[in-house]
Amino acid sequence: MTIKDPELQNLQDSSAFATEVSEGRLVTEQMLLNVGPQHPATHGVFRLLATIDGERIVRAEPIVGYMHRGYEKLVEQRDYRQITNLISRMDWLSGINNELPLALALEELMEIEVPPRAQYLRVALAEMNRILNHLMFFQSFSAELGAITPTFYAFREREDIQYAMETVTGGRMHFGFFRPGGLKEDVPRGFTAMALAAVRKVIKRLPDYEDLLTGNEIFKQRTIDIGVLDKEVAYSYGVSGPIGRGSSIDMDVRRDEPYLVYDEFDFDVCRGTHGDCFDRFWVLLHEVIESAKIVEQALAGLPPGPIMGKVPRVVEAPKGEVYIRTENPLGELGLYLVSDGGKRPYRIKIRTPSFSNVSALPHVLENTLVADMIAILGSFFFVLGDVDR
Amino acid sequence: MIEITLTAWQMLVVKLLIILIIVPVGALVGGYVLHKEMAHMQHRLGPMYAGGWHGWAQTLADGIKFAYKEDIIPASADKRVFSLAPAVIFVPVLLLYLVIPIDRNLIVEDLDVGLFFLLAIGSVGSIGVLMAGWSSANKYALIGALRSAGQLIAYELPIVFSAAAIAMLAGTLSLVGIVEAQDWPFILWPPGLGLALFLLFLVGAMAEMALPPFDMPVAESELITGPFTEYTGMRFIFGFFFAETAHMIAFAAIGTTLFLGGYKPIVPWGPLDVIPGVLWFFVKTSFMVFLLLWIRFSFPRLREDQLQKFAWKVLIPLSLVLILVTGAWVLYGP
Repeated sequence: MTIKDPELQNLQDSSAFATEVSEGRLVTEQMLLNVGPQHPATHGVFRLLATIDGERIVRAEPIVGYMHRGYEKLVEQRDYRQITNLISRMDWLSGINNELPLALALEELMEIEVPPRAQYLRVALAEMNRILNHLMFFQSFSAELGAITPTFYAFREREDIQYAMETVTGGRMHFGFFRPGGLKEDVPRGFTAMALAAVRKVIKRLPDYEDLLTGNEIFKQRTIDIGVLDKEVAYSYGVSGPIGRGSSIDMDVRRDEPYLVYDEFDFDVCRGTHGDCFDRFWVLLHEVIESAKIVEQALAGLPPGPIMGKVPRVVEAPKGEVYIRTENPLGELGLYLVSDGGKRPYRIKIRTPSFSNVSALPHVLENTLVADMIAILGSFFFVLGDVDR
Repeated sequence: MIEITLTAWQMLVVKLLIILIIVPVGALVGGYVLHKEMAHMQHRLGPMYAGGWHGWAQTLADGIKFAYKEDIIPASADKRVFSLAPAVIFVPVLLLYLVIPIDRNLIVEDLDVGLFFLLAIGSVGSIGVLMAGWSSANKYALIGALRSAGQLIAYELPIVFSAAAIAMLAGTLSLVGIVEAQDWPFILWPPGLGLALFLLFLVGAMAEMALPPFDMPVAESELITGPFTEYTGMRFIFGFFFAETAHMIAFAAIGTTLFLGGYKPIVPWGPLDVIPGVLWFFVKTSFMVFLLLWIRFSFPRLREDQLQKFAWKVLIPLSLVLILVTGAWVLYGP
């Protein structure tokens, strides 16, 4: 069989493909397996070039770039109002959390005071968005392990929160609700009760999930001690978020460098111990509870007042630069904004969590089985748009 | 009243025609039940539109849709083997129904070696799966086919052993004979032993049919659809979906015959004899299908090596022990 892709050709010629021949032993040949760009376990166009020997993975190399949309260049051509909607499309599962750093960066550059009501609402919406995101990964992970029933339970719970957010923002995925200086508009009457009910329902039903999955013997066999990501490796690749905390990295921007009003709330940072698939999943599940706690506190103490600070009619950031860190649902998001004083940014560089997290995959995937690969991919919660931007 | 006398050959043709009608209809109904049971377990409604009442015609509509789909054979596939494979999978499933007694006299052929025939024919389909996986020229299909072959070897043994124990208890290989030997269904009597044999049979059957949690050969999140990745249209339906559902119903019927007393009432109590045997058989088989689906939608998937370990280290030693216990029961029991 001739291979046209030069990259594949090189691999074919390299020593990895030399047939192992030794006397009296079974002769095996390694095989290249392209997982993706179109594969059900990759949630999008992500490609993993795996060299396999039978079912064992000898080497795996993630190849990104199939989803590159050039947002960082695109935002240089748009004014600040329009950028909000572009940036929310990077990680399409957590639009609100993507809009946040841009608003924060502009507020810092333009020295805008954000009223407390807007701050509280921002926290509540961001955390509700985090719950949505985490439940989505909960369902995809269980579906990848072949348990299709919990998948739909997660969707049932998502729907209530989704509906509460829809009444506020009008959107279900791309909310476009945060403005520099505050929010687009105030929340409708009855929102607080609706959101609290939705969040409490999630907390009430989480023990069911524990029973269905984390207590299941097959689930334990498939996840415990599978795909161990060492703390040092995680550090060196800049892995953050639930995956980093699964490897017992004690880091959460919300706690370490509080932005908005996170320092006023009481919440725990969940951490795993081994860094295996089970720990990552456990952290994900328990962060839902912590987020729900924050939403309850934020909505209970919601102060009255305006939702927009004093913002000039035309948003023009003064000359300067700013770096903002926030805790995205998938990890640390860094936004570096350089302004030359105009209506458009001179340059925006975004450090997305998924990209760093995915980079650590080859380390974890080495010497695992094909079935484990799927479990590991499922437990490395990443969004393709967030990897490539 | 017109009396029709048929020769043995004509009888056989009529019976075969009945089987040819029952199996596809059963598979369609089974597919619908599968959709609905899965949906209701998952807090959904499932198909609700096709045909009007609760989407009863959904599987029929699916079948028609697949009939109209283009039949694609990959350029690098081994075309003859590729085209033949779905038939090799489906025909043995059809043959399984030949020896299952639906009622005392409602059976196509009461073979003296009925049980042996079932076990032999039941494994032929795996050759078709291997053919499909190998000829597709697709790596995922190949991995799936090899997993399927490994699974067959490992799980054929527990099924054979539990069936052998049943043959020992009944003293015959004829399926009608086995049903007649069950005054009490074997699952209840001998106490404990029958239940253990039944569970052994159930696990082995689920693994052989590649039903979740033993569906590693098809594992749609890993291998797309395993050996059937490259199949489209009617070949996909017959090789994969239809065969799977028909196989499941067949194994449910076999389980009914071997362990639940087939067409006989569930307990030997006079008044229950009023209910016709066909109905008993139908109810018991439906219960078995329900049980198989229930397990199927509750558990995550095992890993292939874990499955093999489970088979060779747990199930096969256990089944050997159960054979010994059965022998002791037959010799020294009441």
